Amino acid sequence: MKLLMKLAIAALALALPLSAAQAETIKVGIAAEPYPPFTVPDASGHWGGWEIDIMQAVCKAADLTCKVTPVSWDGIIPALKSGKIDMIFNSMSITADREKEIDFSDKYYNTPTVIVGQESEHFKPTPEGLKGKILGVQVSTVHEAYARKHFPDATIKVYQTQDEANQDLVAGRIDATQADGVAMAAFLKSSDGKSCCDLKGDVAPDEAILGPGVGAGIRKGDTKLKDKINAAIKKIRADGTYQKISKKYFDFDIYGG
Amino acid sequence: MPGAASRVCEPMAAETLETTPGMSRLTGPARAGALRRWWQPHRVVLVLVATVLVVLMITTMRWDWLPKYSDRLLLGAWRTVWLLALSVVIGFLFAVPLGFVQVTGPKFLAWPARGFCTLIRGTPLLLQLWLLYFGLGSLFPHMPAIRHSFLWDYLRLSWPYGLLALTLSFAGYEGEVMRGAFAGVPRGELEAARAFGMGRFTTLRRIWLPRAFYRALPTLGGEVIMQLKSTPLVATITVVDVYGVIAQVRQDTYLVYSPLIFLAFVYMCLTGVLVLLVRLLESRMPVRGA
Amino acid sequence: MGIDWHLLALSPPGWGGMLLRGLATTLEVSGGGYVVGLLIGIAGAVGKLYGGPVSRDLWECYTTAVRAIPELVLIVLIYYAGTDAVNRLMAVFGHQAVDINGLVAGIFVIAVVQGAYSTEVLRGAIKAVPFGEIEAARAFGMSSGQMLRRITLPAMLPHAIPGLANLWLIATKDTALLAVVGFTELTLATREAGGATKAYFTFFCAAGLLYLMVTLVSNQFFGIIERHARRGQPGM
Repeated sequence: MKLLMKLAIAALALALPLSAAQAETIKVGIAAEPYPPFTVPDASGHWGGWEIDIMQAVCKAADLTCKVTPVSWDGIIPALKSGKIDMIFNSMSITADREKEIDFSDKYYNTPTVIVGQESEHFKPTPEGLKGKILGVQVSTVHEAYARKHFPDATIKVYQTQDEANQDLVAGRIDATQADGVAMAAFLKSSDGKSCCDLKGDVAPDEAILGPGVGAGIRKGDTKLKDKINAAIKKIRADGTYQKISKKYFDFDIYGG
Repeated sequence: MPGAASRVCEPMAAETLETTPGMSRLTGPARAGALRRWWQPHRVVLVLVATVLVVLMITTMRWDWLPKYSDRLLLGAWRTVWLLALSVVIGFLFAVPLGFVQVTGPKFLAWPARGFCTLIRGTPLLLQLWLLYFGLGSLFPHMPAIRHSFLWDYLRLSWPYGLLALTLSFAGYEGEVMRGAFAGVPRGELEAARAFGMGRFTTLRRIWLPRAFYRALPTLGGEVIMQLKSTPLVATITVVDVYGVIAQVRQDTYLVYSPLIFLAFVYMCLTGVLVLLVRLLESRMPVRGA
Repeated sequence: MGIDWHLLALSPPGWGGMLLRGLATTLEVSGGGYVVGLLIGIAGAVGKLYGGPVSRDLWECYTTAVRAIPELVLIVLIYYAGTDAVNRLMAVFGHQAVDINGLVAGIFVIAVVQGAYSTEVLRGAIKAVPFGEIEAARAFGMSSGQMLRRITLPAMLPHAIPGLANLWLIATKDTALLAVVGFTELTLATREAGGATKAYFTFFCAAGLLYLMVTLVSNQFFGIIERHARRGQPGM
């Protein structure tokens, strides 16, 4: 019995790898869902996409090894705070609410927020246009916060992933979805998106909720990592790596104003 | 005497959800005696420690979100309760023929019933739920006519899929329980019914079904309580039950401990109420040595 | 709208390989959680049967809590709050935050849930061991540990096997709930594959078949074990 307990404790102890808190290898959290063109899993389990390429470039410029760690989106901030991941690099908008919990790097892109809806229905992306409609948004995003504030007359359905919201849009369960413009452009180019839906337009700006852009999420107080990442972002924008990668995916400047 | 104390302590300490000494069944002096036996010195200490922990939690953790979300929490709890009740009732209605047909029925009915029960019991409920919601959802664009049918308003909603998955799951598991119950009714009773000249349907109605039902009752009670534990899964398909509301709280407040602890507490209360209801039902049913 | 079999191919661009890797992860987590859960269950059963009143009450609290709270809530609670608490404890004792990798966290979560159920199964099985055998062991002067190892555990095995077989199936199905916390086992891998290809129906059916195969193979396996454990006993 005692031997059994010793073996069990030894097994558990060996299974808990202690991580050295060096900045050599960091775990970068992304949401475990396809989010084209930013993060896309392929059949062998590797993640690709514009955001993954930019992340690897930033890490290389900061002299770090980045390990892509998928987590669930609604648990990504708790995962960062509890140390499961060291950085969030998945289209997380910089907002005042989030800055209370975590730090952000400088922005690395900024795109407008749009509403996409059923082709058969004609409405404008305004509170009057969305009155009585079913609007799908992803949980814990600026889009959810914006929709709750600006579209009180719409029925808001909250999904775990944007992909599910898109699927329900294709299936006809929801009338519209509000999300990032670039991601929606990719959706509308896909066969499903083309057949069902079209772009209704940009939403009215609200910088307090939508934020000035997208940044990498970093634990509060981890200023060393934050400085490294900021320096790396400046570097890849200065030496043209950012533009080279972006040209592969987009024909416009995703950095935004 | 140590011997007597240990005999008394053993059943008292071996409390489970099903066998907690039915203090409600004792009356008068017996009840007072049982109550006194429960409150032993170590129990007093443990209850004190638990109270201290609860007070610590109430004072050190943030609970300011409770008033803001209280109406949503009540609505979510109500959703949980009616999802549970409907899925149990409808699922059981399906479970009875599923179980029965496996014991008596012709092969062409028994085999699909067995296959259904094996399928439901062999795959996770989450998978079944997502298959119904996303799988069926992915078929809708291929059937444009469906948008104009009268069903469309229901097919658009999420809760029918949650209810369907929970109902099918309950039917699958209880079908197996009822199969065991029907098979376990003593053959002699059925033969006696035949000897009395009862027709097949009369036998079923008067002997087989009631006896099987009473045999299965303890298990069924436990299964209803287990069904409560399956209900939070519907939150993954946008049905906002009490788990869904707490998930919303966690997103809005970024709190780690207090919403989840509160949710655990809510479910423990719901389970407690269910256990009481089940026991009430059992005490009213004439279970004469089934 | 037929099933596109190419999507299920084992190597890319087919997603069959990803499903199989998810299945491997599922089996790893179920296996680890089941074994550790059994260890907890043995401790719990012994604590409930032979322990003092405090030990009995504490184990009772544990099993009642786990059986009253939905697995999904327990998994989310332990995965987020539990690992956060462990890291805080480590900080209090001056250690760096331990990097608990996903697999270990998943196994820990499943083990805690399994521990409560296996406590009850093993307790019932140990109670079914004829008391005379225990008395004889005591008469021989065996220590508690020896008695547990030589008499109690082997003798209770035939009584425990149906319950343990059921627990294994519960473990494999509970791992699907880890998908909700973003742990990539079979169910989440299926949703990712479905999301990337939009062929949800195909992949969910394939995953269902994989789970079913695990169930059927496990049933056969436990049937063999039960027949072996019950050898020499009067026929059922």
